[in-house]
Amino acid sequence: MTSEQVTAKATTPALGRKHRRRMPPEVNILLVLIGIALVFEILGWIFAGQSFLMNVQRLRIIILQVSVIGIIAVGVTQVIITGGIDLSSGSVVGMTAMIAASFAQASTWARPVYPALTDLPFFIPIGIGLGIGLLAGIINGWLIAYTKIPPFIATLGMMVSARGIAKWYTKGSPVSGLTDQFNFIGTSIWPVVVFLVVALVFHIALRYTRYGKFTYAIGANVQAARVSGINVEKHLIKVYAIAGLLAGLAGIVTAARAQTAQAGMGVNYELDAIAAAVIGGTSLAGGVGRITGTVIGAIILGIMISGFTFLRVDAYYQEIIKGVIIVAAVIVDVYRQKKRKV
Amino acid sequence: MAVSPSTMAAVRASGAIPQSEYLLNVENIRKEFPGVLALDNVQFRLKRGTVHALMGENGAGKSTLMKILAGIYIPDQGEVHLKGLPIRLKSPLDALENGIAMIHQELNLMPFMTVAENIWIRREPKNGFGFVDHGKMYDMTAELFERLNIKLDPESQVRDLSVANRQMVEIAKAVSYESDVLIMDEPTSALTEREVAHLFEIIRSLREQGIGIVYITHKMNELFEIADEFSVFRDGRYIGTHLSTDVTRDDIIKMMVGREITQMFPKEEVPIGDVVLSVKDLSLKNVFHNVSFDVRAGEILGVAGLVGSGRSNVAETIFGVTPATSGTIEIKGEVVKMTSPTQAISHGMAFITEDRKETGCLLILDVLENMQIAVLQDRFVKYGFVQEKGITAACTKMSETLRVKTPNMEERVENLSGGNQQKVLIGRWLLTNPKILILDEPTRGIDVGAKAEIHRLVSQLAKQGVAVIMISSEMPEVLGMSDRVMVMHEGRVTGFLDRAEATQVKVMELASK
Ligand SMILES: Nc1ncnc2c1ncn2[C@@H]1O[C@H](COP(=O)(O)OP(=O)(O)OP(=O)(O)O)[C@@H](O)[C@H]1O
Ligand SMILES: [Mg+2]
Repeated sequence: MTSEQVTAKATTPALGRKHRRRMPPEVNILLVLIGIALVFEILGWIFAGQSFLMNVQRLRIIILQVSVIGIIAVGVTQVIITGGIDLSSGSVVGMTAMIAASFAQASTWARPVYPALTDLPFFIPIGIGLGIGLLAGIINGWLIAYTKIPPFIATLGMMVSARGIAKWYTKGSPVSGLTDQFNFIGTSIWPVVVFLVVALVFHIALRYTRYGKFTYAIGANVQAARVSGINVEKHLIKVYAIAGLLAGLAGIVTAARAQTAQAGMGVNYELDAIAAAVIGGTSLAGGVGRITGTVIGAIILGIMISGFTFLRVDAYYQEIIKGVIIVAAVIVDVYRQKKRKV
Repeated sequence: MAVSPSTMAAVRASGAIPQSEYLLNVENIRKEFPGVLALDNVQFRLKRGTVHALMGENGAGKSTLMKILAGIYIPDQGEVHLKGLPIRLKSPLDALENGIAMIHQELNLMPFMTVAENIWIRREPKNGFGFVDHGKMYDMTAELFERLNIKLDPESQVRDLSVANRQMVEIAKAVSYESDVLIMDEPTSALTEREVAHLFEIIRSLREQGIGIVYITHKMNELFEIADEFSVFRDGRYIGTHLSTDVTRDDIIKMMVGREITQMFPKEEVPIGDVVLSVKDLSLKNVFHNVSFDVRAGEILGVAGLVGSGRSNVAETIFGVTPATSGTIEIKGEVVKMTSPTQAISHGMAFITEDRKETGCLLILDVLENMQIAVLQDRFVKYGFVQEKGITAACTKMSETLRVKTPNMEERVENLSGGNQQKVLIGRWLLTNPKILILDEPTRGIDVGAKAEIHRLVSQLAKQGVAVIMISSEMPEVLGMSDRVMVMHEGRVTGFLDRAEATQVKVMELASK
């Protein structure tokens, strides 16, 4: 600390040692979150004659909904920080939900997918689900790192294929009759706990580990990162693998919450996750972004969806508005980039 | 003189123009960035048909003042008079339309576009259908190059050009605006003597046409060769303007630094040890051929040559950036495979690259993050966790040693002046305690004082037994620092000169044969 002040003093005599501390960028996003919540609160009293926020049931639904998107968004944030994108996470949710659930069926269920493999302990379907997600991520990462195809294309391919696998797996029929052990992870507020643990782990990983420093460096300037000795290919595979793993985890949680799995689970979740990251301040240009911002971004999205439902806004309008918000967030990002370049 | 299609032209036509001695007259300019007062009530005057040099240490505010004149920054306070009329420049386009063009310190070309497309960007000639007329654009570029005597193919892609040739393209682009004021921010930092001479020819002919040229440089000999007058800045303040015939080198340094610098090339005689790095018949197809040399512990091997001689390519290959197509690299007698920088670093190598924007700086990250990134490969990390305290202390100390001018360690590197960015990169590699240090134009854009400091550091490292390879286009640097000079020409080594026998003439002979 003292040495820093000395440098500043010695070199910028005109301003003395005016020391500028950067305000964490999350503060702004948090203010937006509070603002939006208050707007719905006021609209609630005007149009619905009741409080929006003072409703435990509603808050519970919001945080549960946020959890699944949030788990995915934590992975997607890291991908975007490297300057990439992951469009496959929603489909990976559907695929892992189906496959994990097929190993979590109870023997009491009439038509299990694998009649010989029922009543397995919970860690088997969970392990398989995580493994499938991880594998999808590794394939994404490998394609991007070694064939040099753009992340957009590689993960678009995975998006289509993973959804295909989800549908092909049971020829379209849902997988039900899951064991209580497996369903447990989706009950009560356990999804929220999973989300918070995931967010904390990767918040720490990004800020305090070498993995994190390298992730930002790659996003800031790939060539410079490579010359500085970072094995860029290996690192990208790691990042996409983590994103896949987290999408797989989200698939497990989704199936457990619904106590059944369907091939259509997770449709458009990748867009919500990207939106959460971007609203939370992650830059699509790479090199910038934090997990705390993404968590707040996910909550903002959750509150808006719940708020519109609460105000009985038509579902079609909701989607239109969501699209507008995503574009607006990107515009803000582009504007921030521009301002920086001045 | 070329008439620019500008608002000034309109004013001039109206006959209301007061004749002014000065093309540009700038007064009381103040510009503050968060935590930094970059310019404090400075003044600057540019006469027609003169070359006016701007001198000052890294971070003195030279580029900031020029960016104000080029419409990139808006000053907090102060007036700009262009040909006697007050003017407020609001954007780079605005400045161009008023006849002010600038060549920036960092290259700004689009790598995936052709030379011609880069030069005529946003003013491409159109055909009858409103599409870009590529044929005409080609002709215009060829004509421009002909006039400036530049031998480059207008159709080649910029990413295939060397840094020096990109710089020549930037120069041609700026000239093509036919402006009245041409600002050049360290145009020669990436050029070798031959292109510098070429650039000076261009500058002289522009001067004869009555154009005013602002020329920023850290190279003293250039000042005496090309500048008519010069202004000195220090810590954001204006120190003075003089004719370049009125002063000596030492006078200028004193004005710039505020103290005297005694020794410019503090080369120390150190015992030369065993061979550390041995390169045998190294080739990269179509780029360089059969390069062989040894570097010993404590030795500084200077590498000289013209642009395109393949010096930087050899360095990149040794460092594993572009693996060799044939030949061997031995470290301490053992043949090693060098297929990635990661491997090179694990063998104790460090490489300060030539192009700090492309392969050096993590511009949007801060000073600390930039400095620590290479050393984190194998130090200051425990169980994957970065030891923040240790690394922060080490980086802070390094930035003090190199006298990096920054408000704090959390400042984004893109906000630092060019020379200070270079210091951050040097710090990044010195932190790794290398056994073999490869420097490609290490003092590019660095001021006299800091240059001496960096040379002293390199000498000290050599004393500690580090083997140093130093590529440099600056002859005094090569001759002053090297124990031996290797000279290259068109991808081949043309000779070695010992310290005692190396002279400018001999080096140039080998470089052009
Ligand atoms: N966009 C910016 N934001 C914050 N600080 C800045 C910005 N641009 C320049 N500075 C600061 O203003 C000071 C002057 O910088 P400037 O680039 O003008 O120096 P310079 O004289 O051109 O130095 P050099 O010889 O190294 O190129 C420096 O301390 C720099 O850190
Ligand atoms: Mg500068």
